[in-house]
Amino acid sequence: MADSRRFLSGNEAIAQGALKAGCTVATAYPGTPSSEILETLSTFRDRLYCEWSVNEKVALEVGIGASFAGARSLVTMKHVGLNVASDPLMTLSYVGVNGGLVIITADDPGMHSSQNEQDNRFYAKFAKVPLFEPADSQEAFEMTAAGFEISERFDTPVIIRTTTRTSHASGVVDLGDLTPAPPVARPYVKQVQKTVMVPMHARQRRLLMEERTEKLRELSETCDLNRIEPGSSDLGFITSGVSYQYVKEVFPEASVLKLGMTYPLPAKMIAEFARSVKRLFVIEELEPYLEEQVRAMGVKVEDHTTRLSIGELNPFRLGQLRAEITGEPAPAITSREVGEGLPARPPVLCAGCGHRGVFYALNKLKVTVTGDIGCYTLAMSKPLEAMDSCVCMGASIGDAHGFEKAGHKGRVAAVIGDSTFFHSGITGLLNIVYNRGTSTVIVLDNRTTAMTGHQDHPGTGRTLMGEEAKEVSVEQVARGVGVKRVRTVDSYDLEEVERILAEELDAPEPSVVVAQRPCIIGARKTVTRQFCVDADACRACRACLKLGCPAIELGDPLPDRPKMRRVKINRVLCAGCGMCCQVCQHGAIAEVERAR
Amino acid sequence: MNRTTNIALVGVGGQGILLASEVTSRAALLSGRDVKKSEVHGMAQRGGSVVSQVRIGEKVFSPLIPDGETHFLVSFEMLESLRYADTLAPEGVALINHQIITPITVASGQQPWVEDLETRIERAFPHRQVITAFATAQELGNTRVVNMVMTGALSRLLDIDEATWKQAVSDLVPARYRDVNLQAFESGRSADPIALG
Repeated sequence: MADSRRFLSGNEAIAQGALKAGCTVATAYPGTPSSEILETLSTFRDRLYCEWSVNEKVALEVGIGASFAGARSLVTMKHVGLNVASDPLMTLSYVGVNGGLVIITADDPGMHSSQNEQDNRFYAKFAKVPLFEPADSQEAFEMTAAGFEISERFDTPVIIRTTTRTSHASGVVDLGDLTPAPPVARPYVKQVQKTVMVPMHARQRRLLMEERTEKLRELSETCDLNRIEPGSSDLGFITSGVSYQYVKEVFPEASVLKLGMTYPLPAKMIAEFARSVKRLFVIEELEPYLEEQVRAMGVKVEDHTTRLSIGELNPFRLGQLRAEITGEPAPAITSREVGEGLPARPPVLCAGCGHRGVFYALNKLKVTVTGDIGCYTLAMSKPLEAMDSCVCMGASIGDAHGFEKAGHKGRVAAVIGDSTFFHSGITGLLNIVYNRGTSTVIVLDNRTTAMTGHQDHPGTGRTLMGEEAKEVSVEQVARGVGVKRVRTVDSYDLEEVERILAEELDAPEPSVVVAQRPCIIGARKTVTRQFCVDADACRACRACLKLGCPAIELGDPLPDRPKMRRVKINRVLCAGCGMCCQVCQHGAIAEVERAR
Repeated sequence: MNRTTNIALVGVGGQGILLASEVTSRAALLSGRDVKKSEVHGMAQRGGSVVSQVRIGEKVFSPLIPDGETHFLVSFEMLESLRYADTLAPEGVALINHQIITPITVASGQQPWVEDLETRIERAFPHRQVITAFATAQELGNTRVVNMVMTGALSRLLDIDEATWKQAVSDLVPARYRDVNLQAFESGRSADPIALG
């Protein structure tokens, strides 16, 4: 028999769980740490339909339609994506499902690649839908498969909350029977009282939702997702998700109530567990979601002063808690004392990144820049320093309009990537047109969703299924919502970028500038040229360093001025964009044949 | 292997660290061990500092290595070895690629370079193997196989047999690059550590 064990990330395991359940429709907008779920599923195109939807709200709506039609559907997103999808979610809870519907929210404690670390478990409680928290890849696989079944049995969407250390941690998963599961297709029956949420129907569904919650409470008490692992009766922990692994690592002797289903909570099981231990603590990643509810049940949870609610948990932090509650010595790290003054290695815009040309110009023009979510947020750093704000997907455009209407002195530009523009920039632009704004919106069009790993979007001409699609033009969309001044510019052409931006910033009406250059990560293999510095001509003026290009490095000093170091170009990193050549006033940078 | 073995692979985005940790994890899986791996994707990969953690044992709970309990620090770059020096257990071994990738903060003159880099490495890591993995990859005609040279050197330090390692490499690299990756692995496995200074 074939070995059914695999080494899978949590994301890959979720994909396998969906396949196991016969899911046939999967939708998502990419976002770290969730993107690999759909990427994995897209390699099984013969077994299911999957798509990058334009945003998370649309993704969930497509999933809802598929569920109504009778398919099992999976909808995945990063934590902040659920904010976007929360509108359909809240009412979907009233409506319920036909085919099973599972929503994955991949939270990012510690904000490795996110703008906040909101704890999305509250969404499940808010929307009154069952919530699962896998602790590793095996559970991610099993809970996803079980999620569809529970979704159908209880007529409810199911939310699975992962965190970075379940999404991007890998472990051994036993997939069990490897025979491909047959697709699930339930018949569609028109039921307007269930699926048309006008007030008189919704009032009925509201009551049914409460009945369902009581049934789910029973499930939570009896299902094997929640279990007591008996240990010492002196010390007990209630925990969920990856926090369970840290508890087992740091408190191997303790009793543990391991919760896999965390909405609704199993009150009886919690009370029973609390009675079985002398000291009880609740360990969870981020907010005291469990702890507040456990305390509200009248269960005595012991206080401690080790703060665990901010950032990502790890064994070291639980070790500090262990020291506090047991009186044992705190974990200590022996410093090797070699880390002092180490230069930082921050992430940077790549050599050859087209975004650089736009931010270089914005910096020069001293513009207030409302930014958005993408690689280009890196332009906030030195030396470009050309970003004033970054809040959420699509915010740049509304923010710019707000600056203008507040009477802000000085010019304001919104900067947004192409994928982000399609995600939620279009409505903001329409708002500017309607409300007589004059803002300049710059769309950094690199024809991909770069930061999350180069996913396709409406502008790339290709779908997640690998099919050709209509290549949607940013310019046409802008004209379509009523913008008259729409310009296109090559991001590498610094003079032209600056000239066009200056014109549009001064124009007394809304304008859109589409700055084009394909993402260099994909385009690099087609680059044919390179640049190099003529050391004799370099006057060490450092003008090229203002580009913040990682390929430009300080080299040898001028012979007559030992403190003034000339520059050189790293030939391995140089991607041939030529912006440095354009800013050099001394003709010291020249094009050369690319070294092969 | 009764206790859990903790391996941290560190370096700069783009050096192939994630594949090296995947191969290491697969070798452990093929040899019947429990294994967990943890890493971070997204913004951190744009030329920034990267770390991937692999834990191998009979039963592994936490996907993260407790601070100060790394047994093998595999650093693909000299400066990065210092950045993660304090994560290494007192008796832990550092395996370091003798390559420097200048961070932009230094290249652009915002921060000074660490002039005493090699001295600090000597001081930090009494148990160390510094190998010229980048030069070896250059000799093999493909600088992208630095990661397999490092993996080969790491393979000597772990209790997993050579055939299993090679199986893991073959399973995970594209077929047309298999030979050069296996050559790189073998070169790393037989690489002589060099002295610093």
